[in-house]
Order: sequence, then C-alpha cells, then structure tokens
Amino acid sequence: MTIVTPFLLDSGQRTAAPKPSTAAHLTDAQVEDLGRELDALRESVVATRGAKDAAYIRRVIATQRSLELAGRATLLLAKHKPAWIAGTGMLTVAKILENMEIGHNVLHGQWDWMRDPDIHSTTWEWDFVTPSKAWQHTHNDLHHTWTNVLGKDRDVGYNVFRVDEGQPWQWWNLGNPLYNAMLAPFFEFGIAIYDLEFDQVREGTKSKADLKQGLKALGAKFLKQVAKDYVATPAAAMLTGSGKQALTATVTANAARNVWAHAVIFCGHFPEGVDTFTEEQIEGETRGDWYLRQMLGSANISGSKLMHLMTGNLSFQIEHHLFPDLPSNRYAEVAVKVREICERYGLPYTTGPLPKQVGSYWAKIFRLALP
Amino acid sequence: MPQLRLFTRLASAFTTPRSPEDFLRLIDPLSSARQLRGLVTAVVPETADSVTIRFRPGRGWNAHEAGQWARIGVEIDGVRHWRSYSLSTGAGQDPAITVTAMGKVSTALVRGTRPGDVLFLAPPEGDFVLPESPRPLLMLTAGSGLTPVMSMIRTLVPRRADADLVLVHSSRSPEDSLFREELLELTDQFPGFRLVQWFTGERGRRLDLATTADLDAACPDWRDRAAYACGPADFLDAAEALWNREEGELRVERFAAVVAPGSGGEGGRVTFEKSDTEVEADSGTTLLAAGEDAGLMMRSGCRMGICHACVTPLLSGQVRDTRTGEVHGEPGHLVQTCVSTAAGPVSLDA
Repeated sequence: MTIVTPFLLDSGQRTAAPKPSTAAHLTDAQVEDLGRELDALRESVVATRGAKDAAYIRRVIATQRSLELAGRATLLLAKHKPAWIAGTGMLTVAKILENMEIGHNVLHGQWDWMRDPDIHSTTWEWDFVTPSKAWQHTHNDLHHTWTNVLGKDRDVGYNVFRVDEGQPWQWWNLGNPLYNAMLAPFFEFGIAIYDLEFDQVREGTKSKADLKQGLKALGAKFLKQVAKDYVATPAAAMLTGSGKQALTATVTANAARNVWAHAVIFCGHFPEGVDTFTEEQIEGETRGDWYLRQMLGSANISGSKLMHLMTGNLSFQIEHHLFPDLPSNRYAEVAVKVREICERYGLPYTTGPLPKQVGSYWAKIFRLALP
Repeated sequence: MPQLRLFTRLASAFTTPRSPEDFLRLIDPLSSARQLRGLVTAVVPETADSVTIRFRPGRGWNAHEAGQWARIGVEIDGVRHWRSYSLSTGAGQDPAITVTAMGKVSTALVRGTRPGDVLFLAPPEGDFVLPESPRPLLMLTAGSGLTPVMSMIRTLVPRRADADLVLVHSSRSPEDSLFREELLELTDQFPGFRLVQWFTGERGRRLDLATTADLDAACPDWRDRAAYACGPADFLDAAEALWNREEGELRVERFAAVVAPGSGGEGGRVTFEKSDTEVEADSGTTLLAAGEDAGLMMRSGCRMGICHACVTPLLSGQVRDTRTGEVHGEPGHLVQTCVSTAAGPVSLDA
C-alpha cells in the first residue's frame, strides 16, 4: 500500500497531483498518451458492438431463467436428497448469474446501447435485496467515480472494515476479521444497509426525507424477496411434504450466492498491490490520471471462461473500472490490450487466481485489525 | 380474464423481481409485460424493392382501422430502431405492413425479415381513416404513399356495394407500382372502383398539381369527392395548395421526416418538455449543464459518461456525443446528457 506524500515531484512534472509511486516514473505527457490509447481502445469496442453481443446477453438471460425455473421446480421435491442438491445447485448458480453477469452489468448501462427496455439500466431490478436505484447511486455514481480515494470512496472498507493503512486505527477495528466472516453469508443485507448511507445522514449530506424514502423502497423490496424465497417456494413445496427442505434450500442458495459475491467483490480492490489515493492526489486530475487511478486501484482474478462468467466478468476488475459501461463479454479481449499497455508503461497489473486473491485480502483484513 | 390476472399475480410472487411474462418468454416469444411484440408469419415480395410483412401481434394490440399506422421496432446490429409504418391490410384482417427499401431501417426490414422473427410494436394510431358516412371518394397517392390507402380500398371496395372510389396513383413504372395486380382485379370485379395509373417514366413527367388540368383529366368530378392524399412531402404540399385554392376538402397523411434537422450543426435550442423550459446551448455546453444552468433538477451522476445516471429520453432532434463527435438520436432514445451536446434543436423529456 503506497501513500505518496505531496511535493515529491520531478522538476519536469507540472501537475499539482502527485502520482502514486507505482506510476511516479511517468511524465504528464505519458499519462495523457496513456489516456488517449485507452480512449481509442474503448472506441474500438464501441464501434464493433453488435448483434453478436446482443445474442450473448440474451443467451445468458435465457440460461439464467431456465436454471432458476428448473431449480425452483426441483425444490418442490426437496425432501428427496438428490432433488435438494440439484435444486439448490441450480438456484445458486441462477442467483449468481443474475446478480453478477446480468444484474451488475445491466445496471452499469453496459447493454443500454441495445435500446431494449427489457435489458436496460433504467428498468432493471435485480434478485438482490437492495433496490437497483439505491445501489446504482452508491456504486456507479460514487464508487466508480471516486475509486479508492480515501475519504471519498466509501467502498474502501464500506464504513466497517479497515482495509488501508491510510485509515486511522480505532479499537473496534480489532473485530475486522470477525465482521468480515459474519458479513459474507449475509452480504446482500450488508449492501442494503450500506446503500441507505446512514453515515451521510449523520454528517448531514443526505436528508432524513431521502433516508425515509430509501427505507420504504428497501422495505418493499425486502418483503417481496423474502416472500418469494422463504414463503412462496416452501409453501408450494409443502404440497409434496417438502416445505422444510425447500426452505433450507433457498436459505442455502442465498447464503452461497452471498459468500461468492462477497469473495469476488472483495478481490476487486482489497488484495495486496492495489493503490489508494488521497484527495490531494486527485486534485486537477485529467482523463489520463483518472484512467491511471482506475488501473492502479483495481485487481483482477485469473481463471477459466466459466470462472469469468460466474464472477460477472468482475475478474476483469481493471478493465471494468477503466470502461464500466462496455459489455462484459468484451472485457477478455480488452484485457489483452490493457495488459500490453501496462507492460509498455511499466505499470503494475495486479492479478492472480481466486484462492490467492482471497487469501491476500484476508491477510490484509487480519493485519489491519491491529494498529 | 380475471382468472388470468389472479394467476399472474400469484405467479409473480415466485418470479419477483421479474414478471411471469419474462419467464414465459422462454417458450412464447410474444410474452412480455413491458413491450408489445409481434411474430412475423409471412414475408411476401411486392416489387423488387418492397415486401409485405404479415405478423401476429401479442396481447395488448388493438385491431387497426383502415388507414392507420403503427410504430414498429426492429433490431439492426443488436440495436433497436423504431419507425412508423402504415398497415396495408383491410380493417378486420390480420395486420401487415408494406415496406419499401428506403433508408436504413426500411432497407433492413425489406432485406432481413424472415418468418419467425420478432417485431416490436406499438398499437395502431392515426386519424387518416375512412369517413363515417358513405360518400364518393378520391384517393391521390404516390409511391409507397399507397399503403394506408390500400388498406382503405381493401376495407371498402369488396364489402360495400355502394362504394364509389377513384384512385389516382403515381409511380415510376408498372414494375415498381405496389399492389398493381390486385388493384386491376378489383377494377374488374367492382364497378364502384376506378383506377388511374400515372407512370412518370412513360409520361415523362410527374402528375402536375400546380394547375387542375391533370386532375380534371383523371377524375372530372374530383371537386365533388372527399379527397385523401398520401405520398412524398412535395407531392402533398402541392396537393394541399391546390385544394386550398379550390376551397375543397383534403385529408393528408405525412410520413415523418427521415432526415433529422441539425445534422452537422453545433449547439442549438434545447427544450426540456416536462419542466417547460427552453435554453440556447452552444457546442461546448452539455445538455446536463444546460439544464442545470436553467435551474432544473437534472438527474446526474459521474458527469463523465460512465454511470448512466443522467440518461433522459429524447423527444426530437439529435445530439452530439462529446466523446466521439458522433451525431445521433431518434425520438425515444435515452441519451446521456452529461456527455451530449445539442446538434440543432433538441427536445428532452425532462
């Protein structure tokens, strides 16, 4: 973790924004070149978006819905062990696909270019307890704009964890690993509470009226979600005497999805090798600087095609942060070029297999529990 | 129907946040809670450049009146485009549109539509329809302007013994004259229907509406008829001018302009319809900034084109993407106001 003190600038550098040490060797002109190259890379994908991409997302959606339908139907017989296992498995995979490759990416506007009101950032509601609109605000508007800027990006620790040396230690940070272990299976509720922005209300930057509205929207969504998984599905399964088993199945599917989503998302910005930034550092930030911050502030996960699909292509976190609204199925080809650009500019490109990245952020969670 | 609604309500408890229709679409391509759809049942060639596309609409469609049009959405390279097309079948018949390959969307429809394709639809609209009480009629059409009138002819002529209808249709040649054989058959069968074909290629000139001479020759009693006209803009302008001079009664159907104004222009007048506000914005002012400068509550997020929090429906005009310089936009498109400037006059649903 690198915190660069201001005023350590080479004489050739004019900007008021000192770069993190990992990029200190770049001149302003080089950063602008980098920005132009990345702009061109984005354009090359935008220019070739088309029927194949549209077919891709529709295929994923059809697969997801088939799995969800089949999973729920199978759970009607959940008292038989094989049905419980198969149904829970299908429902878990369906929920993961819905949240990650579909929901997260649709809500980013990655598919808005199709102008299909059924697959659009303004109409999509996801199978996750926090309402889409609330999440789009804290995630798209705030986190993606202020990525890894301490004091600005609330996603750096979600107001709960100490994940950076730049965050002053408090006694309650001792519970860091405990909180994280507790959060994982209930991740969707953690995010729902986080999206209400109680801290902003305390600070007076969010009105009580807005909070009330947020609570109302969350309440309505919560009831529907709970009714679906924990009332309607088990009630239907009671017809075959499988009510209790169906309930344990839906609880398991939601918890498994939560643990998976939590793991993938924490791999995005918390493993070793990822930089954070101070507010002074981003003063007068140019487009090139912004790109640089996104690259240095994110980490990828390496793996198979299936792995990328199941992470919603957030395994290409670096590419996603550079181009949050490019269709996720194109990140793999973008990654090849981003990696090449990083090598050419002498910039780190943080990546590793899932177990390594998970281990890395857990190590940090433990280490930073102590002062 | 009430049972169906109860079933849908019950099913949605299992499908939330999706609708039951979203899942039904796995087996029924017309199922949708959000967007009316139609399944193409046949594509019939009419001329070298035009086809009739028959479709079976899903729930939510209303039967059309003769002469009405519908908005049709079609996907080109994965992107949905909308255009309005007159329905060419008679009232009470299954709907169909007859499309001539002109412009990007029509060309894609003519060349690319196959039975089994899904079209996106909006229910029929329009008041270019037959009079309520029977009276002698004159139809004046040119090119593909025949389509809504064909619907009227198919509705009226075979079904009403008292029909009295004269069609004066202008086209380049017999080969690219729409519905020609059917029209000739109808003239044979029904004495109340008369057809005057004006082939500009053979005559060496267009039907002249600057004076009444051509009309007098084609249909001597034209002044005594309720008149309808449909065709290109200049054709309709001339017809309207003539009927105004003669103080006659003429109903006109115009097709929306294909070429949007302001292409190549920089900046322009921005109208925020919901807020009832108009401002002049130059080429350096984004639509978001223009709205905010005018004191409006604009939706916004990252202000750099990444988060899509600011997207607003375009009502008319075109915008320039500040990132690419590309001028784009059609009514109904969602534009990112934070990275768009006006390219000529623009109207937003904000």
